[in-house]
Amino acid sequence: MSDLELSNRAVRGRALPRPPRAGTVAALAFVAFLAVATVAPWLLQTADPLAIAPREAFEPPSAAHWFGTDESGRDVYSRVIEGTATSLLIGVSATAIGLALGLLLGGLAGLGGRVLDFVVGRVNEVLFAFPGILLALLIIVLWGPGPVTATIAVGLSTAPGYARIIRGELVTVRSSGYVEAARVLGHGRARVLARHILPNALAPMVVLATLGIGQAVVWASALSYLGLGAQPPAPEWGAMLSAGRTYITTAWWLTVFPGLMIVLTTITTTVLGRALAARDGARR
Amino acid sequence: MSAPVLEVRGLSVAFGGDGRRRGARDAVEVVRGVDLTVEAGTCVAIVGESGSGKSVTARALLGLAGSGALVRADRLTVAWADRRDASEREWRRTRGVGAGLVLQDALVSLDPLRTIGREIGDPLRIHRRMSHAAARARAIELLELVGMPHPTITVDRRSGELSGGMRQRALIASALALDPPLLIADEPTTALDVGVQARVLGLLDEARARGAGVLLISHDLAVVSRIADTVIVLDRGAVVETGPTAEILGAPRHPVTRALIEAVPTEVPRGVGLTTRDRPVRSAQPVVEAARTASAASTTGRTPPPPPAPALEGIGLSKSFRVGAGTTHAVQDVSFRVERGRTLGLVGESGSGKTTIARLALALAAPDAGEVRLAGEPWSPLPERDRRTRRSRIGAVYQDAFGSFDPRWSVGRILRDALVAARRDPSDAAVTALLDQVHVPTDAAARHPLALSGGQRQRIAIARALAGSPDVLVCDEPVSALDATVQARVLDLLDELQRDHGLAMLFISHDLGVIRHMSDTVAVMRSGRIVEHGDAERVFTAPEHEVTAALIRDSPRLARGDGSAGFR
Amino acid sequence: MLWAVATLTFFAVHLVPGDPAQAILGGPGSQASQEALDQVRADYGLDRPLAVQYLAMLGRLASGDLGDSYALKTPVADLIAGQLLGTLTLALLALVVAWVLAIGLALWSTSAGRIGRAIAAGIELTAAALPHFWLATVLIAVFSTSLGWLPPVANDQPSGLVLPVLTLAVPLAGFLAQLMREQMLDALEQPFTTSALARGETAAGIRLRHALRHAALPAVNLSGWAIGYLISGAVVVETIFARPGLGRTLLRATELRDVPVVIGVVLVVALVYVAMTVLTDLVSRAIDPRIALEERA
Repeated sequence: MSDLELSNRAVRGRALPRPPRAGTVAALAFVAFLAVATVAPWLLQTADPLAIAPREAFEPPSAAHWFGTDESGRDVYSRVIEGTATSLLIGVSATAIGLALGLLLGGLAGLGGRVLDFVVGRVNEVLFAFPGILLALLIIVLWGPGPVTATIAVGLSTAPGYARIIRGELVTVRSSGYVEAARVLGHGRARVLARHILPNALAPMVVLATLGIGQAVVWASALSYLGLGAQPPAPEWGAMLSAGRTYITTAWWLTVFPGLMIVLTTITTTVLGRALAARDGARR
Repeated sequence: MSAPVLEVRGLSVAFGGDGRRRGARDAVEVVRGVDLTVEAGTCVAIVGESGSGKSVTARALLGLAGSGALVRADRLTVAWADRRDASEREWRRTRGVGAGLVLQDALVSLDPLRTIGREIGDPLRIHRRMSHAAARARAIELLELVGMPHPTITVDRRSGELSGGMRQRALIASALALDPPLLIADEPTTALDVGVQARVLGLLDEARARGAGVLLISHDLAVVSRIADTVIVLDRGAVVETGPTAEILGAPRHPVTRALIEAVPTEVPRGVGLTTRDRPVRSAQPVVEAARTASAASTTGRTPPPPPAPALEGIGLSKSFRVGAGTTHAVQDVSFRVERGRTLGLVGESGSGKTTIARLALALAAPDAGEVRLAGEPWSPLPERDRRTRRSRIGAVYQDAFGSFDPRWSVGRILRDALVAARRDPSDAAVTALLDQVHVPTDAAARHPLALSGGQRQRIAIARALAGSPDVLVCDEPVSALDATVQARVLDLLDELQRDHGLAMLFISHDLGVIRHMSDTVAVMRSGRIVEHGDAERVFTAPEHEVTAALIRDSPRLARGDGSAGFR
Repeated sequence: MLWAVATLTFFAVHLVPGDPAQAILGGPGSQASQEALDQVRADYGLDRPLAVQYLAMLGRLASGDLGDSYALKTPVADLIAGQLLGTLTLALLALVVAWVLAIGLALWSTSAGRIGRAIAAGIELTAAALPHFWLATVLIAVFSTSLGWLPPVANDQPSGLVLPVLTLAVPLAGFLAQLMREQMLDALEQPFTTSALARGETAAGIRLRHALRHAALPAVNLSGWAIGYLISGAVVVETIFARPGLGRTLLRATELRDVPVVIGVVLVVALVYVAMTVLTDLVSRAIDPRIALEERA
C-alpha cells in the first residue's frame, strides 16, 4: 500500500524523480526476460526443473548449476524460471482483482453522490484497519489455504488502497477547470464523463497497476512462504523459499535466488511505474 | 557623501555552461553586462517582463543565483564589501546583515511550518547569536515597526494563519531584522490587493526614508513609479534604458520602455489600442461609439420597437456557502445589466464575491434568491437540460486558461469540441477561422497547449468561447496572469472582438486600470454587495462610495512625467 | 470503528462454509462424532440464531471478553495479553530504527552530489523492495550462520532482537526515505528556502530547520500505516525467528482455523492501528497548523 501511496503522489503531478534512463532500460530488459520465462521457459532453462538427481543434491552454484541444486538434486535456476509463470500469474491476477474492485468502490464513491461516498469511505476505513497481510490472513482462515485463495486474498486486501486513490482522482478531475469549461460549452453529463472525467481519472491506473504487480508478487510469495498459498513442491518462488528455509544453514542458494527474483521483479515494476508516472506528469 | 550601498558593473549570469562535463552545451547568458548603483536613501527599480533576467539579477546580488549559475562582474560591491568570487561563508556575512531580501507572495516565501517569530528572529540568531527569548522580543518590535496588528499574538502564528497583507509585512520585518543598508524587493506586491499593495510600498518607502537603499524589482511600471527615484529597464538580460523615474516615464527613448508604458491601461481611454508596435493607435473612438450606439440607433427608426432587453441581467442575486459551522454570504442582493456591445466591469478585492457572480451568470451555480436572465429570457431558473442547448450563447474566459484545457487534448481538438458543443461543423476550416479571429498561427491547432505561451493560451480560450458565436462573454480575471505587454494585446483583442461581434461582456478584474480601460459601466463590489454602480467615467472621476475612492487612491498609476515620484 | 471491524469479521466468518464445531474438535481431520459436534455447538452457543450470536458477541466484546480459543480452550484475551507486549516492542523498535535510517539517508542524499543521490535512490528502491521473509533468511545466513555474530533465533537477550528489528526496519526505512527525500528536495526548491538563505542561513541549517520539518510531515502520516505494516510483517518475522508474539499466534490460529483467536488478534491490531492513526494525526497537526485550517475551511 505504501508504494501505492507514493505513486499516488506521483500521479498527482508532485512528481517523484524520474528514474534514470539506464534504470528504465534495465527494467524493460528484465521484463523481456520475465516474459520469455513465462511463455517459453524452456528457452532459458538449462535442465529439467522436475528431474530428480539425488546424487547431485545440495550442490552450490557452479557452471553446471548456476543457482546450485536443491535437496533432490533439481536445478534451482531452471526451477526459478519454471516458477515465473505461476508467481507472475498470481501477482497479475491479484492486481487485476484488486484494481477491478478498487475501480468499482472508488467509482461509486467518486461519482455516486454524497451518500455513496460516505458509505464507501467508511467501509474503506474499516478495511484499512486490517493492515497489510492481515486481511489476506483473515480471508484464508475463512476459505482455507491454497494458491487461488491466496490470489483472491491479496487482491481483496489491495482493493481499498486502489479505491481510495481512484476516488481521489475522480474528485480532482470532476472539480477541474476543463470539466467546468465543458459544462459551460453546453456538453451533457454523459459526454463530459466519457470524454473528460473517465479518461483523465483512469489514466493513472496504468501506473498503479504496474506498481501494484510487484507488490502483489511479494505478498503472494509471503503467503506461500507461510504455507498458506502455493504449496511445495510447486516451483513457485515463495514456496521454493519456504522449502529452502529448512536448509538455510547449509544451502543458502535455495532461498537467496528465488528471493532475488522477487526483489528484482518488485524493483522492475517500481522503476517502470515511476517512469510511466513521470511521463504522465510531464504532460500535465 | 558615503559610497553607494550597491555598486555593480558588468554583471553577467549564465546557466548551463559546463565545459568539463560530457554533452556540454553553450552557456545561456540570462543577464548580460548589467550596471547598477543604489545610493543610501534612494530607491532604484528594475523593470522588465518575465524572462528579462530581473529576478536572476536580484538573486545574484546575494550570491543566490543557483548552483548551476556562472556569475561574473567587473565590480560587485554589496554593502561596501567586494563580493566578486566570494565564498559561501563570505556571502553569508552579507545576507541578512548587508542586504535583506523580500520575495513575492509570503505564503510560500515564509516557511509555512515555522512561526513568523522564528522566521524573523532567524537573522538575529544566526548573525548576533541572540537567544530565543531575545530574538522573539526583537521580532515583536519589528512587527510593530511594520504595522502588524497585535504583534504579541501574531508573532507565534505561522504564515498560513495570516492574511496576505500581514504575511507580506512579516516577510519585510524579517528582511529588516538587522537593519541592513540595502533592501532588495523582488515583486513584493504582486498578487496583493491594491490596498495591501499600497501599504507594502509604504513600508519600503519608510525603509528608504530611514536611510536604506532599496532595490525594487517589478514587472509593473505603475507600482515602480510610486516610489522609485531611478528606473532601469531590462530586456532579455540587458539594460536598454536607465534614468530618473520621471524622465523614463515622461520621455521613454527605447521601444521596449515605450511598449511597457503604453501597455499600462490605467489612463488609456476606452477603445484606444494599448499596443502600438503591432498596430497604430486607432482613432477608434468613433468606430466604437458607432458600434455602441447601434442598438440605440435602431430606436431612432420610424417605428421604435420597445427598448431591447439587456443581453445579460442579474436581478436581486444572493448566494451563500456553508463554511464549516458558519455561513459565508458570497453574494447578497446583487443586480446588474450588461447591454449588447457593452462591457460591465466588475471590480473589487479578493473575496468580494466577483467570481461567484461569474459562476451565477454562467449558471454553474444556482442563486439562493434572485434570477439571471439571458437576452430577456429566464436563464438561472431553467433546468440544466433546457439550458444546455442555449449555452453556446454565453461564453467564458478564465484566468487559468491552461487549467481549463483537457490535458490530453491538442488545441485543434479543444476547438473542434467547442464547435460540436455549439452544433457547428467541426471542420478544419472552422478551426482555422477561430484561430484567425484570435490572431494565433493556424499551425497551433496541432500543438498541445503546453507548447504555447501564456498569451496564446488565453487566446485559444477566447477562441473556444467564440466557437458558439455567443452574445455574451463572461471574462473572469482574463489577463491577471499575463505580462503587461501580453495583457495589453489580449485586451486589445477582446476590444476588437466586441466591436466586430457586438458582444456583451461581463469583465471581472481586481485591477482598476484594466477595468477602467475596458468598461462602459462599472460595478464595485465589497463583501458580496455592489457598493457603487454607474458609468465608468463618472465612477472613476467622481466616486461616491468610500470603497471606490480607496480603491482608486491605492491603485498604482503611472506618474507620467509630472516629476512627483514620491509616495504618500 | 472497532464495532464495524468486529461486525464485518463476525459476518464474514459466518457467511462462508466451514463448521466451527469441527475446528473446535481438532479440525476437519478429527472425525468427531455427531453427538460431540452437537455438544460443542450447544456449549459455544453456535446453535442459536445468527442475530443472537451476534448480539452475544457484541455484549462480550463490550465487557472486554474476546471468547475462548477453539484450539487451546483458554480465553483469547489472556492469550493476546501475553503476546501483545513482545510484538509491540518489536514493531515500535523497528519504527524507530526505520525513522533513524530514513532521516540519515534523506539528509545524506539531499546534500550529496549527483552520484551520491543516484546511489541513495538505488539503496532506497532496493530496501523498499525487500520482502521480509527473504531479508530475514539472508540476514540469518550472513550474521548467524556465516559470521556467528548474532543468534538466529530470538531469545531473551537484546542481541536476539537485532535481526528481527532490522528485518522489519530496513524495507520500511526504504519507503520512508524515498518519501522524505522527495519532500526535502521539494522544500529546498521553495521560495522560503531562498528567503532563509537570504537571511544568512547555512545549507545545513536549511536542511535541519526547514526541509526536515516538511519531510517529517508525510512520514509521520505514514507511521500509522507503518505500525500496521510492521505488525503484519511480524507474522513472518516472528515465525522465522521463532519469537513468541501476536504474529505467530495469528498464523497458528489461521492454520487451525481458530476463529475467536483470529478475530481477537485482528481486533487488537485494529485497535492499535486506530490509536496510532489518532496519534499521528495529532502530531501532524502540531507540526502543520494548515491541516486544522483546511478542515475548518
